[in-house]
Amino acid sequence: MASLLELSDVSLSFRGVTALNALSFAVARGEICALIGPNGAGKSSLLNVINGVYRADAGDIVFDGRRFEAIRPGKAARLGIGRTFQHNALFRRLTVRENVLAGLSRHGGASFIENVFRFGRDRQERRDFSARADRVIAFLGLDAARDRIVSTLSYGIQKRVDLARALVSEPKLLLLDEPMAGMNQDEKTEMSRIIAEVNRAFGTTIVLIEHDVGIVLGLAHHIVVLDYGRKVADGAPDAVRNDPDVIAAYLGTVH
Amino acid sequence: MTTLQDTLPDTGPAAPILSNAALLRLAVVAAGLVVAFGIVPAVATDYWLSSIIIPTVVMGLAGISLNLLQGYAGLVSLGSAAFMSVGVFSAYNLILRVPGLPLPAVLLLSGLIAAAVGVFFGLPALRFRGFYLGASTLGAQFFFPWLFTNYPWFSNDSQSLTISAPRLEFLGYDLQSPVGRYLFVATVTALLIGLAFLVVRSRLGREWMAIRDQETAASVLGIRVARRKLQAYAISSFFLGITGVLWGFAYLGTADAHTYNLDKSFQVLFIVLIGGTATIFGNFLGAAFIVLTPILLDHLVLAANIAYLSDQGAITNLQRVIFGAIIIFILIKEPDGLSAWIRRGAEALRARPKT
Ligand SMILES: Nc1ncnc2c1ncn2[C@@H]1O[C@H](COP(=O)(O)OP(=O)(O)OP(=O)(O)O)[C@@H](O)[C@H]1O
Ligand SMILES: [Mg+2]
Repeated sequence: MASLLELSDVSLSFRGVTALNALSFAVARGEICALIGPNGAGKSSLLNVINGVYRADAGDIVFDGRRFEAIRPGKAARLGIGRTFQHNALFRRLTVRENVLAGLSRHGGASFIENVFRFGRDRQERRDFSARADRVIAFLGLDAARDRIVSTLSYGIQKRVDLARALVSEPKLLLLDEPMAGMNQDEKTEMSRIIAEVNRAFGTTIVLIEHDVGIVLGLAHHIVVLDYGRKVADGAPDAVRNDPDVIAAYLGTVH
Repeated sequence: MTTLQDTLPDTGPAAPILSNAALLRLAVVAAGLVVAFGIVPAVATDYWLSSIIIPTVVMGLAGISLNLLQGYAGLVSLGSAAFMSVGVFSAYNLILRVPGLPLPAVLLLSGLIAAAVGVFFGLPALRFRGFYLGASTLGAQFFFPWLFTNYPWFSNDSQSLTISAPRLEFLGYDLQSPVGRYLFVATVTALLIGLAFLVVRSRLGREWMAIRDQETAASVLGIRVARRKLQAYAISSFFLGITGVLWGFAYLGTADAHTYNLDKSFQVLFIVLIGGTATIFGNFLGAAFIVLTPILLDHLVLAANIAYLSDQGAITNLQRVIFGAIIIFILIKEPDGLSAWIRRGAEALRARPKT
């Protein structure tokens, strides 16, 4: 199967600090690809390059058969790249539902005049947005929190809202930056069940960053190991697990 | 590949057409209209209308205008008064140069001209945030007084560079009396409050708040941040332009460029800070404070009979200090502004045991 995302020789540095060093790998359509590696390995930076928050210094990125240059975050969103954040990036003064609705922006076709005066394309848009948001809220079990202001919710629930907000626009590629960080074991199990379900039911391709190797081995179809911005290993979970370099350097270490 | 639509159950049965909350809201709106258009004009004296109620309502509207930009979209402006002056000078020239243009059209066009100007001075929002952006809107605050004083064309070559209010009338009704001017102000304000609610409850308002809370996440979700920011300047300035017309024509009766100086911009800013950010009605509390406090302080000076103690200048300064101190006190006690009172009141109402 053709790959959905292909990176070749992607490099990125911040004033002398090399975050990504000539990195190449491919993500196949429909798979769950896990990025692992120690703190500061460049995992989050990689996601930021993929959806245009950072611009790579060198290298090529091909998404869905198209090479993209100078991509901006909004453009990436419209191409179908969704994203959650390592550090809380919810719209904290909005409700769960409003956060999720904001995730639908890329599907909005009405002009602001139509939106404000509620005519023309706004009617259809309002109905469509509302139905999509409610479905995702139900899917992620967030019904009880629907009208709560997100900053008043527990950390685990907020992580789910972040996922709901990314998922609602039905992205082709979903980038998840440590969606289970800070969760207890039960919450982690539940979250990985949800991620597997999203992948299975909607066929969404997922790139996931996660430090918990046990979870990653159970969830991912494909693992890429990074260290100091370089790729150390790349392959199926079994192969990566038995890679002596990886065992020596990363697996089993606690981050 | 299945999609979310296929696999997820439809949501439950539709809610009743009017929920309790909607009914309550309808009742509040109806009560507000009765008070604004029935009771106030019937009982208020001319002095109250002209010197207290009209300025409070107009300044409340100025607060709403800035609140849309600052409280909802998270942008800054130190040039509110400049956009108000664009509105009043536009209205004056429209009436002068396009005879027969009805008052609503004058207001609408003045608002649109102010909106265009607002977009122009908001352009730096695409590059800068916070302090530097403030500097650009401050530029508007210096540019327009200069423009209106150096080009007498704007005031129809009047010697004093002052424009005076035209005869206010609509559909043959004379709006010159205090009650007439009040009804004019109240009507425009009611319509703009309605518009403000439509704006903040639309996708536009939601995306403004998203940008305000987390700009990076907003752009990653595909929100068109630059466009939304410019729309915020446009809409805020549209409101300010109309507010400026009301201030000049319905309250003062005359205006010049310096009527709308930096002081006035700061007053609008204080209204937002005192009233609360991201609120509509809170602005009227802020405005009441800004309008009433100096009047109360004046009465206090008279009552205390201290005028002989020192010269008027010293007393005026003392009043300013007290005024500032009260603002600081309020901001410490109610960091979310006086609109917290409205919210608490509404919550108390809701928490009332059901009968
Ligand atoms: N905006 C930035 N400015 C400067 N340096 C940055 C920036 N973002 C990342 N870096 C640097 O790039 C390197 C990689 O950081 P990155 O956040 O991608 O690591 P990570 O693998 O996600 O780590 P963690 O597991 O802690 O989240 C680090 O050295 C970090 O300090
Ligand atoms: Mg990271």
